Amino acid sequence: MKYLSNVSTLEFYADKCTGCGMCVNVCPHEVFEIKAGKADITDSDKCMECGACVTNCAFGALSVQRGVGCATALINSIIRGGEPTCGCSESSGCC
Amino acid sequence: MEKDKSLDTANLKNECCVPKHSSTGCGCNAEKPVLAVPEATLQHKKWITGTVNTPACIAYKVSTEITKSELLEHLLCRISGFRNSYTVTPGLYAVGNPDQNSHVVVTANYKLTFDKVRESLSCEDVWIMVLDTKGINVWCAAGKGTFGTEEMINRILKIQLTSIVTHRKIIVPQLGAPGVSAHMVKKATGFQVLFGPVYASDLKDYIKSGCVATKAMRNVSFSTIDRLILTPMEIIPAMRIFAVYAVIIFLFFGLSASGINFADAAKGAFPFFIVGLIAILSGAFITPVLLPVIPSKSFAVKGWIVGIFMVWISRFLFTWLNTTSSELTLFSYLLFPGISSYIALQFTGATTFTGMSGVKKELKYAVPVYIISAIISIVALALYKINLWRTI
Repeated sequence: MKYLSNVSTLEFYADKCTGCGMCVNVCPHEVFEIKAGKADITDSDKCMECGACVTNCAFGALSVQRGVGCATALINSIIRGGEPTCGCSESSGCC
Repeated sequence: MEKDKSLDTANLKNECCVPKHSSTGCGCNAEKPVLAVPEATLQHKKWITGTVNTPACIAYKVSTEITKSELLEHLLCRISGFRNSYTVTPGLYAVGNPDQNSHVVVTANYKLTFDKVRESLSCEDVWIMVLDTKGINVWCAAGKGTFGTEEMINRILKIQLTSIVTHRKIIVPQLGAPGVSAHMVKKATGFQVLFGPVYASDLKDYIKSGCVATKAMRNVSFSTIDRLILTPMEIIPAMRIFAVYAVIIFLFFGLSASGINFADAAKGAFPFFIVGLIAILSGAFITPVLLPVIPSKSFAVKGWIVGIFMVWISRFLFTWLNTTSSELTLFSYLLFPGISSYIALQFTGATTFTGMSGVKKELKYAVPVYIISAIISIVALALYKINLWRTI
């Protein structure tokens, strides 16, 4: 299953990439592969902007506007202000 | 990846034995052993089977069996707010008889997650290091940052992991990666983070293979069963709103010039109770379960399609749901698919593949449509009532 096309904010800076493969290891949706010693984005539409690759790239070769892909969190942040977070710890019924 | 793949258990055991970072002042040493987890918090827990001594502290040994009452608790987690207080005290636990060469598996302090981990490690000798994620599962907590670099570093130092194991590797679930920066943990503690499998059920195979996660272990699945399990927590919150809706509809149909007429209210409102329930079912159950086969990538559109189809088919099958009023027909076709769409859109929070930019885009288009649909629905209802009173 894939979500909307052409919306992911994932950016890759090839000049900084050392081809260590950490992004391949941590991505839950096989967005990356290593080609000719560098990472390569196979399909950015598979990206869910979780930020695992960015957090684990020691060379700053990736960036993404990470956030929760959750309508409830986004609606709550619009109504109450603040960042959209998985504020599901109390009584609400999301993730 | 090559770096990780070259790792094997033999390598792990040949690492330097000198602790690189020993934390100070916590009183955990060989002369004065203390419990890794405060005793009071764990008394009378059936899943604790004993203790294991380590150079730093005494760790509780946990069973790898899940009891029937725990299975019931797991069920409660799936259907209620019970999960919000289903936690395990953060700290170090032992499975089997681990020693200084044993693997360290890191997990969250949501008891359901912890149970899945210990259950998957039967017959193994492993340490389990539980982070304080405020009772939230690994993936959600990683997104929030509580299953994160800072907590990982602090926990490693607090339990003095450097004096408990001689190797310098920890197995972290892959879905913890959004919160845990492997290179920062390594820099601060000397421990190398090995991102293990997505599912605890693959942990044994992962360990057996010398800590190599296959492609299959790295993939997140989202099967029909996975989605089905999540639907109660979509339906239950929706039912709370349904109660409010039911009262409003009841009052609306009962409202007459002379006050509330309960016979009229029940007769007029009943079909709309049913269609309202069908709308909830469309958005909170049918759309999530049939997710891949419903046209469109947009959850709002998926929910709307299912909603309009369900309203149409239920009116077709149950003719008593039909009304001769064109205003009420307009109301049914505008409001209920809208409700189904809105509820389906909330399911983005439970999926494994929706990102924030996509949900933002959906909201940009969907919210104005919802507001317009709601306004026209209310106007249609008002017109219906006005026409009714006029004819009397």
